[in-house]
Parts: sequence; structure tokens; C-alpha cells
Amino acid sequence: MRHAIRFLLGHELRTIEACGPTLTVLDWLRGPERLIGTKEGCNEGDCGACTVVLVRPEGEPGAERLRYRTVDACITFVGQLDGCQVLTVEHLRGADGALHPVQRLMVEEHGSQCGFCTPGFVMSLFALTKDSPAATGEAWASASPIDDALAGNLCRCTGYAPIVRAAERALSAPAPDAFDAAHDATLARLLALRDDETIAVSGARGRFFAPATLPALTDLVAEHPGATIVAGATDVALWVTKGLRVLDPVIWLGRVRDLAVITTTPQGLRIGAGVTLAEAGATLAGLHPDLGELFRRHGAAQTRNAGTLGGNIANGSPIGDAAPALIALGATLHLASRAGTRDLPLEDYFIAYGRQDRAADEIVTGVTVPVLAEGARLAVYKISKRFDEDISAVLGAFRLTLEGNTIRQARIAYGGMAGTPKRATHAEAALIGLRLDASAIPVFKAALAQDFTPLSDMRASAAYRLKVAGNLIERLIHEAGPQAPETRLAAVREPAHA
Amino acid sequence: MLDRTPDPIAPAAKADDRIAGGAHTPRIHDSAARHVGGSALYIDDMPEPAGLVHVCLGLSERAHARLLSVDLSPVRAAEGVVAVFTAADVPGVNEISSSHRDDEPMLAEDTVSYLGQPIFAVAALTRDAARRAARLAVIAYEDRDPVLTYREARADGTLVWPPMTLKRGDSDAVLAEAPGIVRGRLAIGGQEHFYLEGQIALAIPGEDDEVTVYTSTQHPSEAQALVAKVLGTVNSAVTTEIRRMGGGFGGKESQSNLFACVAALVAKKTGRAAKIRPDRDDDMLITGKRHDFEVDYLVGHDADGRILAVDMQLAARCGWAADLSGPVTDRALFHADNCYHYPAVHLTSRPYRTNTQSNTAFRGFGGPQGMVAAERVIEEVAYACGLDPLEVRKRNFYGTESDNVTPYHQIISDNCIRDLVAKLEADCDYAARRRTLHAANEISPVIKRGIALTPVKFGISFTSTAYNQAGALVHIYNDGSVGLNHGGTEMGQGLYVKVAQVVAEEFQIDADRVRITATTTGKVPNTSATAASSGADLNGMAARAAAQTLKGRLVAFAAESWSVAPETVLFLPNRVRVGNQEIAWGELIHKAYLARIQLSATGFYKTPTIHWDRDAGRGHPFYYFAYGAACVQAAVDTLTGEYRIERADILHDCGRSLNPAVDRGQIEGGFIQGLGWLTTEELWWDGKGALRTHAPSTYKIPACGDRPRIFNVALYENENREATIYRSKAVGEPPLMLGIAGLHALSDAVASVAGHRYCPRLDAPATPERVLDAVDRMRALAEAPPDQP
Repeated sequence: MRHAIRFLLGHELRTIEACGPTLTVLDWLRGPERLIGTKEGCNEGDCGACTVVLVRPEGEPGAERLRYRTVDACITFVGQLDGCQVLTVEHLRGADGALHPVQRLMVEEHGSQCGFCTPGFVMSLFALTKDSPAATGEAWASASPIDDALAGNLCRCTGYAPIVRAAERALSAPAPDAFDAAHDATLARLLALRDDETIAVSGARGRFFAPATLPALTDLVAEHPGATIVAGATDVALWVTKGLRVLDPVIWLGRVRDLAVITTTPQGLRIGAGVTLAEAGATLAGLHPDLGELFRRHGAAQTRNAGTLGGNIANGSPIGDAAPALIALGATLHLASRAGTRDLPLEDYFIAYGRQDRAADEIVTGVTVPVLAEGARLAVYKISKRFDEDISAVLGAFRLTLEGNTIRQARIAYGGMAGTPKRATHAEAALIGLRLDASAIPVFKAALAQDFTPLSDMRASAAYRLKVAGNLIERLIHEAGPQAPETRLAAVREPAHA
Repeated sequence: MLDRTPDPIAPAAKADDRIAGGAHTPRIHDSAARHVGGSALYIDDMPEPAGLVHVCLGLSERAHARLLSVDLSPVRAAEGVVAVFTAADVPGVNEISSSHRDDEPMLAEDTVSYLGQPIFAVAALTRDAARRAARLAVIAYEDRDPVLTYREARADGTLVWPPMTLKRGDSDAVLAEAPGIVRGRLAIGGQEHFYLEGQIALAIPGEDDEVTVYTSTQHPSEAQALVAKVLGTVNSAVTTEIRRMGGGFGGKESQSNLFACVAALVAKKTGRAAKIRPDRDDDMLITGKRHDFEVDYLVGHDADGRILAVDMQLAARCGWAADLSGPVTDRALFHADNCYHYPAVHLTSRPYRTNTQSNTAFRGFGGPQGMVAAERVIEEVAYACGLDPLEVRKRNFYGTESDNVTPYHQIISDNCIRDLVAKLEADCDYAARRRTLHAANEISPVIKRGIALTPVKFGISFTSTAYNQAGALVHIYNDGSVGLNHGGTEMGQGLYVKVAQVVAEEFQIDADRVRITATTTGKVPNTSATAASSGADLNGMAARAAAQTLKGRLVAFAAESWSVAPETVLFLPNRVRVGNQEIAWGELIHKAYLARIQLSATGFYKTPTIHWDRDAGRGHPFYYFAYGAACVQAAVDTLTGEYRIERADILHDCGRSLNPAVDRGQIEGGFIQGLGWLTTEELWWDGKGALRTHAPSTYKIPACGDRPRIFNVALYENENREATIYRSKAVGEPPLMLGIAGLHALSDAVASVAGHRYCPRLDAPATPERVLDAVDRMRALAEAPPDQP
């Protein structure tokens, strides 16, 4: 048992022994540390003004490299910093006080106006340069890396154009910086912080536990049935920052290495509950481009770097962008407790709004996603008011198995249409035996109306939800045709006919 | 019009013999390095005085109710609580209406008029404790019927302000005879400011009745006056100060007063420093936004798309209190012509009182809503006549020699819109692209593209004439460094750097020798709000006047000391020529100091020529107009209503730009903000009057990826005809309305579903849902055309 949280703040080691379970990194930075460059804009992980970079060793043992990941400090608990290097905007200047290249470019391109969002943008740009092909030797995963890196940073003044110009310049002329020079030393310091101890610290309003192994985790969960289990805390933190709830104790599973792995099994890809949405998305993109696109638009970089696929499922959101797609794919959810393990079809986990099939002493340990069988066709469509960093109004996921052009099997799931992510069983049944062409449209839409009675809310009206959910079959049919017309606008690309 | 007299004696100046950061140079924002380094201090970043208390407001949970009982004992008993205050604790007047209409209590008394209205303030040792305690109040309400919708407002009929009418010609008679008539209703949504730095104030009690309030405000003098009113003292006892805001956009013109007043009240009552920084959700629930409007229009036109008469009623949901709704709805009428001559016109406003947040100033101040109405009128006429909307725009542009009288009887003397639009139209290849896009739509079953080019004409000046004044204070310290202060506030728009450039230009010293200091009522009194795009126009001129006073003293001193004629004293870059010799700036200043020359001066400016008679609807309310135009291309998914703004081309008139880099930033940022207003930014109240889009998770301003991939911005060369500061033009608000082109590009795309035969009547915000509804209406019309389209 270790009774301290250890991490590097900049290049200084911090050992924190007294720490409440839900003290946010933002409040800690701005309060005791008086690092006031990190700003609070929304206190819910949507504006990015509090963006900081967490540096962790990633990669196979013995071949680790430091990866620079942005997170929102307002929805990260201090305990989650264990084992990493935290970099804030104050840490970027050189030893001589000179601005970091991304800071200098932001100045030169007039990238700040009111300046309040600027530190967050600077940190996202810094991480972007560290994630670039020049820095990592890997190709960009996305066709729009700048937009994707900045989607979680809102600016109300500039219209983004000068910030993007700064980003383009930063990427076009990569230059090693002091962090690169210190890479090996920092890596060694961070690796030296690793251990297999369970962390237990306490402070105002409760206790914080961070086990390093699965048995330790299941033991803790059994011993503390009222505990709140967090992975990325991107949702739970709002219970605190907005709901002012007292959570005691909090068990963080971010140190459990067994949960942070993706393995290939005969049943498919098994993604551990501690795998972040960023990593899960990168892997699932290999199964199908629609999954890559889905995860590209899942939250924003900051929340994908913190949030996990397991957490996204476990908390039972009625929309939960990942869930409908994984249900359509026929994913299996894995749970564990001290008593043993349990598997169930993912759709069975969601019982009703706010209710999931998980016992108090159980945790979600992972999800297995089957690969797409030969002849099966997948389509995943996210519909939201804003393309990036928005919660879906409707999310439709279709897995169809065709024989010729005849539909033999259909698994269709929607988010945003009911109290849980839910299969469209009437619509599935109605499609079987039909040809995948315009003749299927009215049949599908009529059946869908039996499946769902969506709600009206601030994201969309019930009528819109039902109409769009039905129209998605038209998009699918267009895309399945031999000469598919243009059907999608979400992915950023150069405009045709401009 | 640089005030630099040619020097007959000096050899020809070298090309690089110029000061750094003079007027018309693209000088970087004065705080840019601090912004990117995280060292720019906002109010919440200031070190907190010992004993500081944090304040949280307790809010109404009902839209309209009588307060039967307010039990605050659990709040008082909560951990960390120092004190709790209600309206009964106000020593002065519990009234903070910025328009002096006495309808805006700081804290609710016996009734609540919107959901989110502050009822009490709790002060605690930590912000967390204050927030937790504020939720413990036990309040009993007796509900009354709220007025939430236009339908209810029209039935209730209560107005927050007397309506205004603008009238020229006999529109009824012309409409009765017009060959073509179009009638319709247009809905225009409101807009949350979403300044990244939320509202905040920090009050530090002084001796006796004195208090200093650091407040994130665009209007320090009004904050000062209202704090004095609430505390029951005089303005001179109150000092308000603001170095920088993290964004304002109008949302901190009057809405910031509540927080300044509450902080001051708590500070004086407790004797402690008091800080109030509402959580983003509370901020959005409490404060007013851009007014949403419903516009009923009746347009008469001929077969060639020429407008003959326009009759419009512009109704606005003003919220629970008057605030600035009178001037806002007035400005909507002032801009309901945009760039178009209406031969006969009748415009009226209906500023309805509703049980919602009190809507307020927001970049454009009603002007954008008026302009959206004008562009709908154009669009209706275009579809009725089967013409390209741009052609209809051009046929109805104001003339320069005739057809140049506005509905408020001001003659437009600086009209350049025809030339500006012609240049943009050619530069962005509008006509050919439109043909190509429409042809491509024919073979694209799902994605349809549209293009639109819309103009902007925006009147510059406060319509309240008294506001068109400004003061400045310039010190030259005896080492040659300069301290600059003026009444304008910095919210990111680059006002401080622009005014510093003016002073640098006047003194001919590098701009980094001019120290920019925080705006405070202790240095320059009786200031106007930094609003109406007026900041640089007013404060630049005031600072220039102060600098010229000082230059006059320096010239007289040098002429006397060196026994030369005053005309031979010339300000060269960072030095002064006196007769035959050149003296470094710092040396001259030090000598002047030793000679006991006063090196501090105030400057003052008031805008000439303007006047306005609201009752008569006549006058010359605007000193000049700023012009611009945007051409936008959009793509629409006709199955989902999703869309992308693909390209924007903008040409904008900043006069002779004071700072082309800052102005470009205002244009790009204003355009995107306007685009957001008209597309994804949707305010949504539930049936009980609760704003459900009260955070960025639910209220969607444009993200980085929403900006157009192709984004061409150019400044239109056009020296201001009026003698503004170095012939520049105001730029804060006008570019916001360039975003209207985005709405019309979407509309053009939607219209293609029915072969461009019917006006899509796409309301704002054009969310994917509204776009899909419009698509479906077009489909229905295409399948079953009405007898008379």
C-alpha cells in the first residue's frame, strides 16, 4: 500500500499524501500551486481552457516512449496524475524564458484575442506537435489532425483561422525542443515511479484508491460496495463539479495494467476497460473506417485521452456513442468481481435509463468486438447539431449480411432514440429477405416507428430523431450502390467544386 | 491623414526610419506574449486578499412566482458560511437597471420573474462551500402563469420599452398597388455570448463608504454608479477597474453589473474582500443573451425584383427587465434596410416583456436581426421573380446621388457597397461557381450545395447621443516612458494596442514605449461603455488629443530653450528635431521635466454631426457607415439536415485600417460568431421556462472544424470620408453580419431540392433539424406545387 500520489509537475517531483478523492487538477493547479495560466471556462470538459498535457511512457516494456496527451484539468482528479508528468502552459517556456515555438507562432499569427482560451490552445498545439509524424515516426491517423487536435478547445474571438495558421507552421517546420532533449531522463524518472502497490490516500471529503492489479481492484470493490469507480472520470467528475456530490471512496482503475491492454482473441478484439477512447478508436478504425470516424468525433481529444471505452459503456449513457456501434457488431461485455467473471451480450447490459446489469461488487473489465465477417456490411452514422465534440442526437449503427443484394441478417442499434442504446428489432426483422434498395425504405421506416418513441429535448425533437433514424437507411442504400454518390459531410475534406 | 508635417530641412527620411508599431501597422496584440505564456492576469488570477470570501447566488427555480417564504437558515448553518444577504440587506437601492427604468432588482424581493433570477447571496470561506450552501435554501413559491413564447407575449402585450416606428412614404398605398406582394414571418434565434471568461467581480472594501471593485465589465462607469446606488453612496466613493476581460461581446456591458454590485455589497457588509465567480451554468442561467426576434413582413415589388414598399414588425423577446432592449430593438429597425433602398417603408418594434433572462447587448446590438430580416425580404422577392438573389440585391442597393435616404431620413453619403460587392463577386467567381454548383446538384441525390453573397452596411455611433464621448489620460514619465489610460476596455478586440499605436504615432516613439494601463474610473471618469464598435474611434481620438496637448507643450519648451521657431520643432522617429539638431526623445523629456513642464494631460473627444429624434423617427444617428460583403458556399445533407460551410470569401471596409492584423482578426472572428448564431447555436427552454442549453455541452458554438476550409479575407481600401482617427473605421460589430451569407448559402442549397422555384424560408438558427424541415417542405412543394407559388 502506498499512501502518496507521485508525479512530476513540470520537472519537479510532487509527492502528495493528503488529497481528497475528487479534488480536480484545475483547482489544485490554480489553488495551492498558483499556476494560474490554466483557466476555468466551463468546469465540465467542453471548452478546453483548462487543457494540460499529461506525459506518460507508452509502448512495449523496454521500448517505451513518452506520449504527450491533452486532458481537461477541470474533469481530472489529482489522484489520476499518479505516475505521469504534468505540463501546464507555464512549463513551456525555455530555461532562458523564451517562448516555446508553438507559443511564438501563436503570437506571430495573431492567434490570441481575449487570451482566455489561449493557454488551452497552446497546450493542444504543443501536444499536436509531439504527436506529429515528425515526432513519432507514425503517419497521422486522421485526415484532419489539426481540427481533431483542436476540436476540444473553444475560441469565441478568432474564428480559429489564425490558430490553424500557427498550427500549420508548427507542423511544417518541426524543431526539437527542451522536452525532446530531456526525453530519456524524463522517461527514466517516470518509469522509476511505477510500482504495483495499491495507492490509498485521503483528504477532505474522503478516500482515493488506485490499485495496480485486477485482483486488488476486485478486492477493493468488494470491500467498498458504495465506492465510485472511475476510469477517465470524464463523466463522474461532472457529478462533482456540477452536481456537487460527495463521492467516497473513489476507486481509480487507471493504474490496473491488465485492463489497459488490447488483445486479439478468436472471438475478436478484446479491449480492456482501462483502454482510452483514443487508443480504442485507433485500433477499431482498423476494423472499419466508420468506427474510426465514430471515435474521431467521440468527445474531443482531451476526453478521448482520458475517457475509456469501458467507462463509456459502464456508465450506461442513453447515447453512449460507442455502444450502439458495438451492439450492432455483436460485442460481448466482460465483468468481474471477487467471485469470478461473467460475460454477456453488450445490449443486455443496458436494462433501462440509469440501470445496468452490474452488481455492486462487479466491474466492467472489457469488451470483445468481433471482426466483421465476410459479406457483412457495417455502417455507423452519428448525427449531431455540431460535427465535432457534440453529443449525438441520433446514432445509428447497421451490420447487414447480404447475399447478392438480399439482406440475410441485420443487426441495427441506435443511440439517442430511447433510454438506453437499443436494438431496432422490428426494423431488423423487417429487412430480412428484402433487397437492399429503395424498396426497403418504406418497410424499414414503418418498422422503426414500432421500435422507438424518442424524446424531444435540447438536442432534437422526437419527430426529427425518428425521421433521421429512418432516413439513415437511404444513406446506407446510396452507399451500397455501385456508383455511390456523395453522402457524408462530417469528415473534413477539401470542398468539391470550390 | 497622418499628422506628420513634411520636413523641409531634414534630408529625405530613410525608408526604414519609422517607429515600430505606428498607426496602420499590423502590430501584435499588446498582451499576446502574456496570453500564450499564461501570465496575462484576469480577475480570478489576481492574488486573493487575506480573509477573502467567495460569493454564490441562490437562484429562482420558477419562471414566474410570488415568493411565499424564503428560509435561509440551512444556508447560514452550512459549513464555511460567513454571511447571507437578501434584498432586505441592501443599504441603498436594490435596483440595477442599466437603462434607469427601475424594473431590475439586484436580488428578488417578493416575486421572481424568471428561472435563474438571483434571490440571495451567500458568502463563504471557499467557493465550494458557497456553492454547496446556496443549494440548501428552502423556498416556497406561488406560481403564476409565465410569459415564455411569442404567442403568450403577444397575448399578454406587455412591453419593456415604448416601441419605435420608422416611416418614409406611404407604404400602405404602395402595397395596395404593387404588382407583387410577399407576406411572411421569420424567426431569428437568440445567442449566448459564451465569453470564455465568465462573469466575475472582486470587491475590496475601503474606508468609510469607499470600495474598489475589480469587475470584468465593458462599462466601468456604469458599474461604479450602480455600486454606489446599491450601497447608498456617491460615485466618487467607488472605484471600478478592469485590465482585461476574457471576452465580452456585449455580455459584459450591463449584465456584469449584478456581479459587481453583489461583490461590493458583500465586501462592505462583511468588511472582507469578496469575490463572485458564478459557475458557467449559473452564468448562462442568470445572464441575458442576444434577443430572439419574430419578424412579420409584407413586401411589395415589381416584376423585375425591385422593392416598392416594405412593412415590417420586429418583435423581440426582451426577457424580464428592460435592460438595453429599447436601444437594441431600435437598432434592429435601423438595420432592417441593410444596403437596400425601400421607396416606401413602415417599420415598427415590439419589445415584449417575457419571463426569461433579460436579453441584452450582443455584438451588433439588434442590427444583425434587422439585417437578417432585410435579407429574407430580398430572398422572397428573388424567388417570386425567379431571379438570382444577388441580382435582386444589386437592383435594390442604395444609390449614391439618389435613392439614398434611409427609413430614418439620414442621407447616406459614403455608400461604397456597389463597388465592394462587384469586386468580391468578381474575385470569388460567384456567377460561374453558382452555375457549377447548381448543375452538380442535379446529379447529386443526397448532398446539395448552395452559394450566397450578402452585403453589410452598419451604422457607427451610439444612438444615444450622450454616449458618443470619451476621455483619456496620458503621462510622460521623466525617463521618457509613457503611461496611457482611457475609458475604453479591452476584451480581446485589440483596443488597447490600437490606442497605444495612436499615441506612439503622435509622439513618434516606438509603441513599446507606451505602457498600457488598466481601465479605471479613478483615472478617467464618466466613460461610455466599450460598445457599439466605438472603442477605437472614441478613445483613439481622446488619446490623440491628450498627446497633442503634450506635444504642444514640448514644442513650446523646445522652441524656447533652443531659441528656434516652433515650426522647426519636429517629431521624428524616437527623436525630436529642434532647429538643426536632433535630440533623443528621452533626453528631451528629461530636460522638459527639469524645466518644470507639465508632462501629464487629459484628452477628450465627442463625435460631431450626429443627432436623433426618436419620437419623430428622424435624424442623423450615425456618423458614418461601415460596409462589407461575404460570399459563402455550403453543402447540405438532404437526408439529415447536416451541413458544412465549405468556403467563405470576405471583403470588408475598415476605412484606412489602424491595425490590419487586428482588423482581420475581428473580421474572421466576427464572421464565425455570426455563422454560429445562425447555424448551430440554439437556445432551448423547456415548457417551464428553464433554459436547458446552459453549458457548452448543450450549447454549441462553432468549433475549429466548423470554419470554412477556404477562408479568404481581404480589407477593402476605403479611407473614411469622415475625420475619424486617421480615417479608419470601426470594426467590432460589422463583420458579425457577414455570417448572414452562411444562412443564405444553406437556403440556396435547400432550394435546389425544388429547382430553386420556392423560397425555403429557412429560419435561424438553421440547425440540422430546421434545415431538414426546410428540405422536406421543398420536397412537398416540388411534388405538389401550389397553384400560385
